[in-house]
Amino acid sequence: MTRAARMPPAARAILDGDRRALARVISQVENRDPKVAAISRALYPKTGGTPIIGITGPLGVGKSSLINLIVARLRELDRSVGVVAVDPSSPFSGGSVLGDRIRFERRADDAGVFFRSMASRGEAGGVAAATREVARLMDAAGFDVVLVETVGSGQVDIAIRDIASTSVVVLVPHLGDEVQTLKAGLFEIADVFCVNKADLPGADLARKDLSELVGLGAGRSGWTPLVVSTSTTQPSGVEALWTAVETHERFLDSSGQRGIEERRRLSAEIVELVRERVGRELSVRLDRDPDLRKVVDDVVSRKIDPREAAERLERGSAFRR
Amino acid sequence: MNRTSKAAPIRVLIAKPGLDGHDRGAKVVARALRDAGFEVIYAGLRQTPEEIVRAALEEDVDLIGLSILSGAHMALFPKVLALLKKEKAGDIPVFAGGIIPDEDARRLKKAGIRAIFGPGTTLQEIVTTAQRLARSAA
Repeated sequence: MTRAARMPPAARAILDGDRRALARVISQVENRDPKVAAISRALYPKTGGTPIIGITGPLGVGKSSLINLIVARLRELDRSVGVVAVDPSSPFSGGSVLGDRIRFERRADDAGVFFRSMASRGEAGGVAAATREVARLMDAAGFDVVLVETVGSGQVDIAIRDIASTSVVVLVPHLGDEVQTLKAGLFEIADVFCVNKADLPGADLARKDLSELVGLGAGRSGWTPLVVSTSTTQPSGVEALWTAVETHERFLDSSGQRGIEERRRLSAEIVELVRERVGRELSVRLDRDPDLRKVVDDVVSRKIDPREAAERLERGSAFRR
Repeated sequence: MNRTSKAAPIRVLIAKPGLDGHDRGAKVVARALRDAGFEVIYAGLRQTPEEIVRAALEEDVDLIGLSILSGAHMALFPKVLALLKKEKAGDIPVFAGGIIPDEDARRLKKAGIRAIFGPGTTLQEIVTTAQRLARSAA
């Protein structure tokens, strides 16, 4: 049997551009369907070549509206694009209202665009647990560019940097003074700063503050973030925004940083997967395995502390079958 | 359709077809479904049947809810149903709400709209029906 013949039909369909198959497998990824493992494995070698552009920033700054214009720009350039847009799940009901699609204006028959809304399903950091894998599916499906819109981010929601090759941090006028730009977290992950709603008063000051920030010196990778201004109500600046993104993508190649960054992202992904699996397995065993229950008993009765229990588990056979 | 675990939330598309700016009802329903644990893809105002079907397929929804107060339901709803069938997605249940005369409601139900909610319907009734429709399709 050839390798191609062993490929799961859903993986083959995704490679062949079947959008229904893509939509269904995305749901399976979100729902942690065990069938996904074989599909992901078959598709993985086909991935890695596509720029994954993260669009992040606080709620209401215009991320969805910008994505609508970026997609229009990419279609002008005859490039196909997959979009995954994340909105929060309710910590109370688990439900969500995914509203990023309302900004999206594309002809219903344009096969060069695929838009998928996604709920964060309890994940912190600005994206869902499934977002990375869904972006990768879109990569495998052959889109020229993948855009990932995060939930409205706070200062520490930086998980997008573990998914995107270029991160665009979108801000608006009057979010705060220049000291805000010095603070750690969100401002550190920007490859491109975008001051949106540039038609509003205060936009020049916001841009100046950011220009001063980036003027303080390049980041660890040697890249100095670019600053652009955009407006989506009186559309302007989107071409410059996309040019800035492409400039960063070219820098990744010319500097050798792409490989370094990809290695970092994939290492983080492996660590995360192991942590999740070991954690899940251990939770079950601490509950069911009599020997391990004994360790917990000792902690409950204050004979040993939780740290010592963890060390015993690590030294012992807890992780071996 | 792809609910593989009971814990997976039901995905529902809420859209307003045609030229109709009255979206309060759709928003109230979207929020009630959110509070009942649904993942609501809110497509909003002035959607063509083609856009609605496209969104339903890309979002892989279990259910579609259409809200209409413009009077164009007899033209737009059958179009949505026909397009779904054409895309081999006729198994996605469609429910509707708005100002729809009883006689029209009967005909639309015969055409395949699974439930129609008029003024005075309780949110609990909508939530329960939506859950039942999603389960019946799964």
